[in-house]
Amino acid sequence: MALIRVTSPHVHKANRTADVMRLVLLATLPALLAMTFFFGWGTLINVIWASLLAVGMEAAIIRLRKRPVMFYLRDYSAVVTAILLALALPPFAPWWLTLVGVFVAIVIAKHLYGGLGQNPFNPAMVAYALLLVSFPVMMTRWNMPTVLLDNGALGLFDSIAVIFGGLEPAQIDQFTGATPLDAFKHRGGLTSEEAWRQIDVLANGIGAWHAVSAAYVMGGIFLLNRKVFTWHIPLAMLAAMTVPSILLFGFDPDSYADPFFHLTAGGTMMGAFFIATDPVTAASSNKGKLFYGAGIGLLIFVIRSWGNYPDAVAFAVLLMNLAAPFIDLYTQPRSYGHTQAKRGLKGDS
Amino acid sequence: MGKVFAFHGGIHPPQNKQQSTGLAIQPGPVPKTVRLPVQQHIGAPAQPLVTVGQRVLKGQLIAEPGGRLSVAIHASVSGTVTAVGMMQVAHSSGMDALCIEIENDRLDEWVPHAGLEDFRSLNSNDLADFIRGKGVAGMGGAGFPTDVKLHVGDHHIINTLVINAAECEPYITADDMLMRERADQVIAGIGVICHMLKPSHVMIGIEDNKPQAIRALQQAALGNRHNIDVVVVPTKYPSGGEKQLIKLLTGVEVPSGGIPADVGIVCQNVGTAVAIHRAVAHGEPLISRVVTMTGDALARPHNMEVAIGTPFVDLLDQANLKENQLARLVVGGPMMGFTVNDDELPITKTTNCLIAATWEEMPEANPAQSCIRCGQCEQACPVELLPQQLHWFAKGREFDKAKNHNLFDCIECGACSYVCPSEIPLVQYYRFAKAEIRKEEAETRKADHAKKRFEARVARQEAEVAEKEARRKQRAEAAVKAQAVKKDKLEADAAKPAVTADAAAPVTDIKALKTAAAVTRTKLRQVEKALKNAENKGLEGVETLTQTVATLQTKADAAQQAYDEALNPAAAAPAPVLDLKQLKTNAAVARTKLRQAEKALAKAQDSGEGDIAALQARLTEQQAKTELAQAAYDTAESGEAAPAVAPAISAEQLAELKADWDAAQAKVAKAQAALDTAIANESPAAEKMKAGVAKLQAKADEAKKAYDDAASPVTAAAAPAISAEQLAELQADVDGMTAKVSKAQAALDTAIANESPAAEKMTAGVAKLQARLDEAVQALQAAGGAVAEPVVEPEPELDLKALKQQVSIMRTKLRKVEKAVEAAEESGEDTSELVADQAQLQQRFEAAKAQFDAEEAALVARAAEEGVDLKQLKIDAAMARAAVTKAERALAKVTEPDDQQEKLAQALEAAKQKAEQLNSTLSRFE
Repeated sequence: MALIRVTSPHVHKANRTADVMRLVLLATLPALLAMTFFFGWGTLINVIWASLLAVGMEAAIIRLRKRPVMFYLRDYSAVVTAILLALALPPFAPWWLTLVGVFVAIVIAKHLYGGLGQNPFNPAMVAYALLLVSFPVMMTRWNMPTVLLDNGALGLFDSIAVIFGGLEPAQIDQFTGATPLDAFKHRGGLTSEEAWRQIDVLANGIGAWHAVSAAYVMGGIFLLNRKVFTWHIPLAMLAAMTVPSILLFGFDPDSYADPFFHLTAGGTMMGAFFIATDPVTAASSNKGKLFYGAGIGLLIFVIRSWGNYPDAVAFAVLLMNLAAPFIDLYTQPRSYGHTQAKRGLKGDS
Repeated sequence: MGKVFAFHGGIHPPQNKQQSTGLAIQPGPVPKTVRLPVQQHIGAPAQPLVTVGQRVLKGQLIAEPGGRLSVAIHASVSGTVTAVGMMQVAHSSGMDALCIEIENDRLDEWVPHAGLEDFRSLNSNDLADFIRGKGVAGMGGAGFPTDVKLHVGDHHIINTLVINAAECEPYITADDMLMRERADQVIAGIGVICHMLKPSHVMIGIEDNKPQAIRALQQAALGNRHNIDVVVVPTKYPSGGEKQLIKLLTGVEVPSGGIPADVGIVCQNVGTAVAIHRAVAHGEPLISRVVTMTGDALARPHNMEVAIGTPFVDLLDQANLKENQLARLVVGGPMMGFTVNDDELPITKTTNCLIAATWEEMPEANPAQSCIRCGQCEQACPVELLPQQLHWFAKGREFDKAKNHNLFDCIECGACSYVCPSEIPLVQYYRFAKAEIRKEEAETRKADHAKKRFEARVARQEAEVAEKEARRKQRAEAAVKAQAVKKDKLEADAAKPAVTADAAAPVTDIKALKTAAAVTRTKLRQVEKALKNAENKGLEGVETLTQTVATLQTKADAAQQAYDEALNPAAAAPAPVLDLKQLKTNAAVARTKLRQAEKALAKAQDSGEGDIAALQARLTEQQAKTELAQAAYDTAESGEAAPAVAPAISAEQLAELKADWDAAQAKVAKAQAALDTAIANESPAAEKMKAGVAKLQAKADEAKKAYDDAASPVTAAAAPAISAEQLAELQADVDGMTAKVSKAQAALDTAIANESPAAEKMTAGVAKLQARLDEAVQALQAAGGAVAEPVVEPEPELDLKALKQQVSIMRTKLRKVEKAVEAAEESGEDTSELVADQAQLQQRFEAAKAQFDAEEAALVARAAEEGVDLKQLKIDAAMARAAVTKAERALAKVTEPDDQQEKLAQALEAAKQKAEQLNSTLSRFE
């Protein structure tokens, strides 16, 4: 009898890595729509461009590594990385910026470490941090949200022309904008209240950012519901940001942003639901995830409030990536039948 | 209704239970043969009681428990035992195990059996024994011997009995159907268990996907005297895991590494409860069970009550297997079952389900992808482990870390593998890691055991050595004491004759005399010194002093004389008793003193200081004393001691001497080898080494002489007493030596044939061996043994050759030594040793030559006897060989094919024949 001889279990949940990745892609859709709606075609073009680059580079490097190309391409992980990176970039970032970013993310941060599952750092965030440090001007030049523009957004072809070098973005009025975080950080001598009244993007453009954040939350809740990740990291991260911001805002509202601003402006929601939850680079136990998420939240708040960078999701995530293996060692769950959880390398309880 | 707690994790795989619940439990197929493995349970295998050809009845005990943790096996059909041996069984590894095969005679003839009329009259001990006799094992999966669980002992107090009716694995419905149809038996079985364990609470844990079974149980439990709760738990795999069910029902966790009884709980499967009931009520042993036949490849999936040992194929037939659709045959459930590749395997007490799955139903697993640490396994793990971490550790062979992450708490339920999006066979990794760790631990245990044994051995040896040492010390002390006693006696003896001989000094003690003499001498010396001083310095009173010296001198002489007189008769009288050793020691001491005196004198002379004259005098005195002592010793030895002592030399002493000699010889050989190497390397140290070797040789010779001296009279005297055994030993020695010699000779021959440079050394070795052989032969002969023929008569050719070689070797060595002597003389070194060497070698060489010549002469003589002149023969042979060569050459020169060539060829042939003939004749003599 030529029967299959394998070990148990003999049934498997219809749930593959590719399914997980597809769910993540699906969950980014609301944010992509919101971004495109408020910031023009640039984001969509970036997403497509980055995805193409990512697939190409992934295929090339898998071939270089002498692995079955289609087997690995089918897990969609490269596309997820590319889309998350593209969503984080300014909508009209030049094409080569995306190219460099995707290269760093896919080739350096992912495959040089051994590919999917082996990378200690979130590839998209490695790329983002590298671009931010290397090309600070391009990385901070956001266009005005359409709600602030009288003559409407740039057309599709104009957008392509801007991105791929047909038009000089500096000549166009609408590219002089900054993110609300940036504006708030560099408000000069203005108090918070004055800034909120006088700076355009804060006074009128903040709604677009709120909408984008809401879109990310929607996607995140969808993923939570589908059990792609657990609530531990997002909740811990948001809580760890909110608590100190409430305290400091209450103590000195003129100098510090309010908690709502922290949560909704910038990359907080994207970070909480799409970046920090990357399982490969996060802590693994539930308790560990709480520490990990809280660490990210706290670091973001600290860097935003007292650091040089207006937003800090990438740096905070990368720093906590470093700490994840350590956290794992000290946050093992208490297994069935044990009175205490084991801790540390030698399992001291 | 009890409150239901929750355990961490768990999964919800498709149930697939409805397929097999359409029909009631059907009677199983009637097997042609049954195969009963003697181990269907955890623990030790049972011991077969039947032999091939024996007829057995249904229910008859055919294998008894092989230990406390073992289960009896009964015949599940009546018939004839056809085989007892290793057969393949249903096991995940596909291994063979000891089985008993019975051919069914279809008579269904039961062994007489009866249940207990009132099991309550028995105490739990007897009841456990009764159940043990019926071969009841846990039917949930592991097959733990039930009686062991039911008799937990006094150190465990059981307050809760948990009946596992969860049946959480998909597909399986055996327990479900059993409960639906035989709920009363379940409850009756619980009654028996309650009688034995006396729990205060019974909880039947059942998943909410079995409403009919729940109702049946509730109905059956109505009005029961025991406190029975049917607790419905949510359907979630693996709620039927013992530990998980206990957590669900009681909220209590079984400690890691412990058993439920540690927390006052015993868990039994519903099937086991039924088996217990049937054993107790009807006396039926466990010979059948309910098996779920299911899977898409079966046209008629259902549950059937099957005789243990029935082959799978019979069951599959009864369930109408669609053979062409069968892709996977799973024994057990889809989560924890294992696959088999053979449908002839038997149902055992633990086989609860067979899944005949189609390809679509259970497709082959996709290749595993990389772990993305998604953590879904962690959410699913019912033991709250970190499966992905364990996976990394197992993959990286970091078993220590895996162990620290509680690998051994893993129940291998497969929930993690089930949810893994990368389809990594996680359970497989854990099994691997566990097996590796167990192996490692077993090895460590073994090593520890070996270490302990080794340490014990060392300690024992040390103790033995210490004991020996203590005994030796004791002996030495005893000897010293004995000697002291002897000495005292001696002195007493000496004193006695002195007393009797010399009446003038009736109480004179030799010691006292000696002291007196010594004292006088000292005084004398003091005065002498003073006198000298005075003389030197020209002081007054020199004369007085001179007088005093004179008086003292007389006194001292008198004292000495008295002492000597006392001593001499004493020495003369006890002479026969005098110890030879003592005399020898005395002589040696005297000699040493003499030498010391000599030295002192020489020193004084050199430096021109001190009292040379006095020293001279002392020296003379000492000399005299030494001579005296030596003479005494010699007389004692030669006169009376020698004959007395010689025969007394024990075999032990002889052996010691022999050992000495051997050691000396070994040293010589070693030194010689080193020397050879040195010479070969032209080392400058060779000369020195040579001298050393010569010295060692001399020592060895001395040792040999001593041995020979000691041995010859003994052997001579003891010759007739030499036992047959000793003779045999000697004979064996000789034989061994002969073998060695011939082996060495063969090696040597090969070496010579190959012109190996080692030939010379080997020759020497052979010669040595030969010498030893000769010695051995001599010893044997001396011992009176008949030397075996082959030893006496070594093949003449071989001997001659060997002799020749020996001669040449000797010659070479001699030349070497001669050269060395010359070189030494030139450089003005001391050549005496070398010369001695040379002489020795010369001697040896001559001896060898003589031997060789004699042998050769004998050979020639022998040849002459046969009318052959060996010399002439040799010459003839050589000439014939030459003729052959010549003819060959001539033939080669002639190119035209004519008569001449033919002639030449004939001539060559003739020459060859002649040469061969001559050679063969010659070879007889060489």
